[in-house]
Amino acid sequence: MQDGAPAMTQRTKFLPILVASATLWAPLSARAYTAYVSNEKDNTISIIDTEKMVVTETIKVGQQPRGILLSPDKTKLYICASSDDTIQVFDTALRKVVQNLPSGEDPETFAISPDGKLIYVSNENSNGVSVIDVEKRTVVAQFDVGVEPEGMAVSPDGKLAVNTSETTSMVHWIDTATNTVIDNTLVGQRPRVAVFNADGTKLWVSSEIGGTVTVIDVATRKVVRNIGFAVKGVSKDRVQPVGIRMTGDGKWVFVALGPANHVAVVDPRSFEVKGYILVGQRVWQMAFTPDEKQLYTTNGISGDVTVIDVARLTPLKSIKVGRYPWGVAIRP
Amino acid sequence: MGMAYILLVFAALLAIQPARAGEIVTIGVLAFEPDDSRSKAPADEGAMGARLAIEDNNATGRFTGQKFTLIERKIPRQADPAEASRRLEAQGASFIVSLLDAAAVVKAAESGLPLFNAAAPDERLRNEDCRPNLLHVLPDRAMLADGLAQYLIKKRWNKWFLAFGSGEADAAYAQAIRRAARHFGAHIVTERSWDFGTDSKPETEVPVFTQGADYDVVVVADEANAFGDLLPYRLWFPRPVVGTQGLVAKGWDASAEDWGAIQLQNRFVRLAKRPMTSIDYAAWIAVRAVGEAAARTKSTDPKVLRHALSAPDFSVAGFKGRQLSFREWDGQLRQPIFLAAANGLIAVSPQDGFMHPTTDLDTLGTDRPETKCKMVRPQ
Repeated sequence: MQDGAPAMTQRTKFLPILVASATLWAPLSARAYTAYVSNEKDNTISIIDTEKMVVTETIKVGQQPRGILLSPDKTKLYICASSDDTIQVFDTALRKVVQNLPSGEDPETFAISPDGKLIYVSNENSNGVSVIDVEKRTVVAQFDVGVEPEGMAVSPDGKLAVNTSETTSMVHWIDTATNTVIDNTLVGQRPRVAVFNADGTKLWVSSEIGGTVTVIDVATRKVVRNIGFAVKGVSKDRVQPVGIRMTGDGKWVFVALGPANHVAVVDPRSFEVKGYILVGQRVWQMAFTPDEKQLYTTNGISGDVTVIDVARLTPLKSIKVGRYPWGVAIRP
Repeated sequence: MGMAYILLVFAALLAIQPARAGEIVTIGVLAFEPDDSRSKAPADEGAMGARLAIEDNNATGRFTGQKFTLIERKIPRQADPAEASRRLEAQGASFIVSLLDAAAVVKAAESGLPLFNAAAPDERLRNEDCRPNLLHVLPDRAMLADGLAQYLIKKRWNKWFLAFGSGEADAAYAQAIRRAARHFGAHIVTERSWDFGTDSKPETEVPVFTQGADYDVVVVADEANAFGDLLPYRLWFPRPVVGTQGLVAKGWDASAEDWGAIQLQNRFVRLAKRPMTSIDYAAWIAVRAVGEAAARTKSTDPKVLRHALSAPDFSVAGFKGRQLSFREWDGQLRQPIFLAAANGLIAVSPQDGFMHPTTDLDTLGTDRPETKCKMVRPQ
């Protein structure tokens, strides 16, 4: 409750300005992009016009939509419909679900190969990872990892996939040529999200219960740095890092801190936390607009997304979406 | 201070322990033989939690080269728990998960082996009867009462009618409720002991029993479940029933789904073919804590693991949305308390607004300044 209160004041501060001078803000988002937000409890996707910063449409999808990802060509949005045990393929032009992919049980998060042909999905209930051939719509490989596999990422060159397992607290390194686990790195407790940096030399992993982000050197698979967070007025164990996003220029890494209701801004060269941006309650995942001028965050408890001005590192606006927004993806 | 004591005592214990080589950690589970006359609890309660955690530990162990095994031992109620735990030690156990009652826990701890108390909620074990080799994974009654009290205070249900049964455990629970009322500023408007016979007519007796005072809730202390379930919907006033029945404060509930708990619930039901109880959960987190210590220290050496478990920076993830760790002053696992009714989870304490200088988890149960635990400093 107390955590939410400042967010409200922040919003009310920004809203009137926005309404009064919407045109002034227009240059901030140079073009109109489309943001998709999965609402876990509503079984819907909210579609947002990023120029107007309003929800233009809400579309029914499968049950408990969580992880969402755009295909590299942006024509498809893949949606983990967790309770339906499927990954849905949403056609971004037709704005409807056109097919379902086999995903194994309870898909939550996934990653796509750089060529868009393969999807790597973690199957939380069966301690495994499935590899799906998107075109053939079949599972082409499955392998065992630790207990409760969660985060997935594929390296920029497509040669490595990584999976995090929550109860095992490890990153499992997978050779995509042979689909075998080649190494494991211990990280903080309950690792959620793994993200490669642009050149694929570092892997950033958030640990929700450990309260840290671990940076790993990809070549040696050794931990380079554990980054801790301290948000004023928030007890340490409420700081629970989940979503990670990096700017393409390597200037900033943003870390969503869950029930701490803030996004941390990290300098990836010094690994120093430069500041914290107040957003909505239980901030979960994030996505940049294609021009990287704005960052959208999903705030599960407050049921909204916060739009962050990346240049100023300040919140711009909160947009009400459905219940328990989980994932967000933005296309040109 | 307390921490220093624990560490010193651990160090002293180690001196007399033979070093165990190898990459295997053996954990003993000590339980009473089932007493069919008494309890409706599943015969494998607790043991199933430990077995699931062993599976979880070994799933991680595949990658770390560590292996975890259980030795389960059931003893008659009249048997000597100290002897039983020494036998487990002789068989290679370096930790014990106890599913025994408080009196037996004290005896079992005499062996000196680190012992996780997973079934006895008695506050005495964390206070006057505390031991340096005793860790408590089950919340004690003080934590349960405080978790419940915070919720009642938040709802502004400040006037309590305290109804208690005739058992010793009921008296202890009632005492924890009184302490919580004092602590959080609730008012116990009346206290009554339930002394109707077993052939009572609840539809006439309960309204009479609950008449004559003005209260917001009836707090019932009936751990043996002798009468508490007769109360809801039969009170003189239309009021909720909370405590050991109605809205129940507990360490775990089978309806918990948040923070990934659904995964644990599913795994447990697959293994045990029944829902997970608070005691199952306590045994699970005990074995997981050992696994976590082994993974973090990259060691299976009991000495190293014991140090790791008591280290100030140790914590284990337990599907309650927070880091769980052991209080250095009494060895109690700090953890959120679930408030659950028959229809599922209602709330999780600590409630917002209950402040603490270190962590709000320490607003539940006996905090450092109140502890009566005095660890004996080894000479």
